[in-house]
Order: sequence, then C-alpha cells, then structure tokens
Amino acid sequence: MTEQTTPSAPPKMAARHVNVFYGDKQAIRDVSIEIDNDHVIAFIGPSGCGKSTFLRTLNRMNDTVAGARVEGDITLDGENIYDPSMDVVQLRARVGMVFQKPNPFPKSIYDNIAYGPRIHGLANSKADLDVIVESALRRAGLWDEVKDRLKDSGTALSGGQQQRLCIGRAIAVEPEVILMDEPCSALDPIATAKIEELIHELRGRYAIAIVTHNMQQAARVSQRTAFFHLGTLVEYGVTSEIFTNPREDRTKDYITGRYG
Amino acid sequence: MPEHTIKAFDEEINRLRGLVAEMGGRVETALEDAMAALVEHDNDKARRVVSEDRKIDLLEAEVEKLVVQIIALRAPMANDLRDVIAALKIVGVVERIGDYAKNIAKRVPQLGAHPTIEPLSLLPAMAQVAGEMVGDALNAFAARDAALAEAVVARDHVVDSFYNGIFRALLTYMVENPKTISECAHLLFIAKNIERIGDHATNMAEMVYYAATGDYLPERGRDTGIES
Ligand SMILES: Nc1ncnc2c1ncn2[C@@H]1O[C@H](COP(=O)(O)OP(=O)(O)O)[C@@H](O)[C@H]1O
Ligand SMILES: [Mg+2]
Repeated sequence: MTEQTTPSAPPKMAARHVNVFYGDKQAIRDVSIEIDNDHVIAFIGPSGCGKSTFLRTLNRMNDTVAGARVEGDITLDGENIYDPSMDVVQLRARVGMVFQKPNPFPKSIYDNIAYGPRIHGLANSKADLDVIVESALRRAGLWDEVKDRLKDSGTALSGGQQQRLCIGRAIAVEPEVILMDEPCSALDPIATAKIEELIHELRGRYAIAIVTHNMQQAARVSQRTAFFHLGTLVEYGVTSEIFTNPREDRTKDYITGRYG
Repeated sequence: MPEHTIKAFDEEINRLRGLVAEMGGRVETALEDAMAALVEHDNDKARRVVSEDRKIDLLEAEVEKLVVQIIALRAPMANDLRDVIAALKIVGVVERIGDYAKNIAKRVPQLGAHPTIEPLSLLPAMAQVAGEMVGDALNAFAARDAALAEAVVARDHVVDSFYNGIFRALLTYMVENPKTISECAHLLFIAKNIERIGDHATNMAEMVYYAATGDYLPERGRDTGIES
C-alpha cells in the first residue's frame, strides 16, 4: 500500500443507510460502507442475499429495474449520485461495471473499446482513439493477444478474453470505480487467474468492488471483505481477518462451509 | 458447532483430532513410564519407553499428511483453519515432549541404584506437574477450551521453581558428595528435560488458545527465571 489516505479526504464512494426495495420486498437493509482506491473490496454471501442489488445501487443500474427503489445516501467524491442533477450516463462512465457473462458488442475488438471514448468525446482524432484503445487493451492485459486482429469481432474471442475485453471497455472511459459482478463465474481456472491478476494490477488506480461467490477468490483478490446475509451487511473488515478470525457466527458458518 | 455441509470434511477433522489425542495419550504415558522406570530402577520399562517412541513419530507423520491433505482439498477457513494449523503445530511439540521422555528413559540404566541422592525425591513431583500441564493442554485442544489453556500457561512457573530448587539442591549435593557427580549430572539433565516439557506444554496451550478464540494470549514476560 503506497498511499495513505488522509483522514479528511472523503472516500471515493460511500453508502450510508441504504435500503433497496423491489416493490414491497426489501432486498437491502440499512447498509453503510465505503469503497476506496487503496483496496479491492469483495462482497460475499449466499445467493439472494443482495450482493448484486447493492452493487447496482453504486452506479444506479437499479434505475433500469422496474419497481426498484433506493433509499439512503450514496456519494461519489462526496457528491450524491441520486441527486436529480447527476448525469447518469456520465456516472456510469465514472463507475463502470463488468458483468458475470462477458457481453462484448457484436462489433470489432477495436470498436468495443472505442465505443465509450467516442460517445464521451474523449478522443479528438483517429490517432487519439488508437492510443486510447491500445492503452485500455494493455491495461486489460489483452493487447498482446489481440493487437494483430483488432478488426476481428469481439464475440470471436474466448470467454476469458471477452471478459478482459469488457474490463478494457470499462477502463477506456477513464472510470474511477469499477464494479464487477461475479466476473469469473463463467470462466475456466486459467482465464480466472488472468482476471484476478488483472484486478491486482488495477488496484490503486481504481476503486474496485467485486461480487464473488467463490470465497477463495475473495480471499485472493481483495483486501477488504463484506459479508451480506438476508440483505444486511453482517460483517465488514480486513480480508485476512475475516477469513481467519471472523467475529460473527453467521460469517464463520458461511465461510467455513457450515451454511444451511 | 454446526456441521459442515460436506460431511467428509467433518470426518477428516474428527480423524485429525483423534490422531492428536492418541499421540498425546502416548506421550503422557511415555513420561509417566520414564519417571516410574527412574524411581523403580526398572531398565526394562525404560527400554520400552525408548522403543515406543517410534510410534509417536509415526503418528506425527500421519497428522502432517492429513493436514496437508485437508488444506489442499478442503481449503479450511476461519476456526477450521486455526484448528488444522494448531493440530500441525501441536503434534510437532508433542513429538518433542516424547523425545524428552525418551531421553529421561535412556538415562535410567546409567544411573544404577541411587537411594542416597536426596534431591531425586523432588523429580517425580515436578514431572507430575509437567505431565498434568501436557494433559490439560491436550484436553483444552480436544474441548476447544480457552480457559483451560490459559490455566496451563499460568502453571508454567510451578515447574520453573521446581527446576530452580532441584538445580540448587543437586549442586550442593555434588559439592558435598563428589563421588556422585556423574549421577547428579544425569539427574540435572532429567530436571532440565522436565522443565522443557513444561515450556512445551505452555506453548501448546498458547496455540490452543489461539485456535479456540482467534486471539493471542497477552505476551508473558520472556525472562522465565530459569537458572540455566
Ligand atoms: N429485478 C428484481 N425484481 C424483484 N426481486 C429481485 C430482483 N432482483 C433481485 N431480486 C431479489 O432481491 C434479493 C437479492 O437478490 P440479488 O441482489 O440478486 O442477490 P445476490 O446477488 O446476492 O444473489 C433476492 O431475494 C432476489 O430474489
Ligand atoms: Mg448476484
């Protein structure tokens, strides 16, 4: 850990007393947590405990879900992201998201990366765009594998390469936060290891939150772990502590394989 | 504690704990027999202690193998992980305690009859305390009993003061009875072995405390007050 956050610096993102409802059903109950650049945070917990729901509140992806309602405060650099003045398209560039199933556009590898920078006006020329595409693909750990076939369709890549392409696509618009929802669950162990290595390299540059149902993965990639159960945040702490000495019985039963 | 969803995991943990208990039982017996052989000048019994030590070593190897297997195949977490690591460390310590018992037994034939060496009378009492500490540390592991583990640590000084008393008594005795120097030297080493057994029981109890609670016992003073 190279940088020390000064006590006065606001966290990159903070959620305070967040509740999420789907119609009458409450999926998240009074969750408060902070997300920062100097550590990767993993969200773990049994299926249906609300990990994805909570992650989606962080870039307002729940706005697109019919009947979903979010209460409480969520700030990015101290600014409320649910404020009516917030530009949601801009927000989703600053807080990028990578999904469980790699979802490249049915376009070339180049265009998959170039799409975001184009619509956000990040490039003034073709040469600019080339630089952005190469740098995003490099940071996504994919450049060497695709540099000779940038015109090939993104969907022709292997699953692991597609997922790194999607991470590259998120990176290309210079995000500040990257949210990942089970990004490796459709990948084989080697492709998974490459994504984990990538997460490791991206840490520090971006604030990263990852939902995973694989506890070994949470232990490997994160420095903070949050355990959710039935919509509540049961325990949050340093990953090595959570996995060696959790304070709550519910956390302990879950991570030791005694759940249900 | 609730059971694991995967039953085979529980079975392996139980087998591991069973092996540690068996090994501990053998070491307690080894120490008792070594001391009995010493007091009764029973060379046969002493030889048996020496030859039985091999089984303790084999048990240690078996535990090591099982721990590696559990870590590789089950990826234990939290209290499970602490338990498995504690088992591994405990058998290392128990094996050392077995070696000290063997070392005591090996000295028995070299001592001959020695009814006149007075300080000898303190050794069985000292070994009794050390042996109880070993037994309690193992029981604390079996029952995940942090309070019992703490009580073992608190008793270490009893063994230490036994040692200091015996050390001084033997020195005085040697000066007054120079012909017994070689026998007294053996007894000094035996006292030292028992003192080390007390230390090892204390270490074991500290591991048990950590395994049971996830916290470390407050650091004890490192100066143990041992005279040599
Ligand atoms: N679009 C939705 N409409 C209604 N209920 C939903 C919706 N999405 C999720 N839920 C419910 O919210 C709870 C949390 O789900 P989710 O956030 O997907 O959990 P997780 O990601 O931890 O598996 C579950 O009970 C789930 O059924
Ligand atoms: Mg989910």
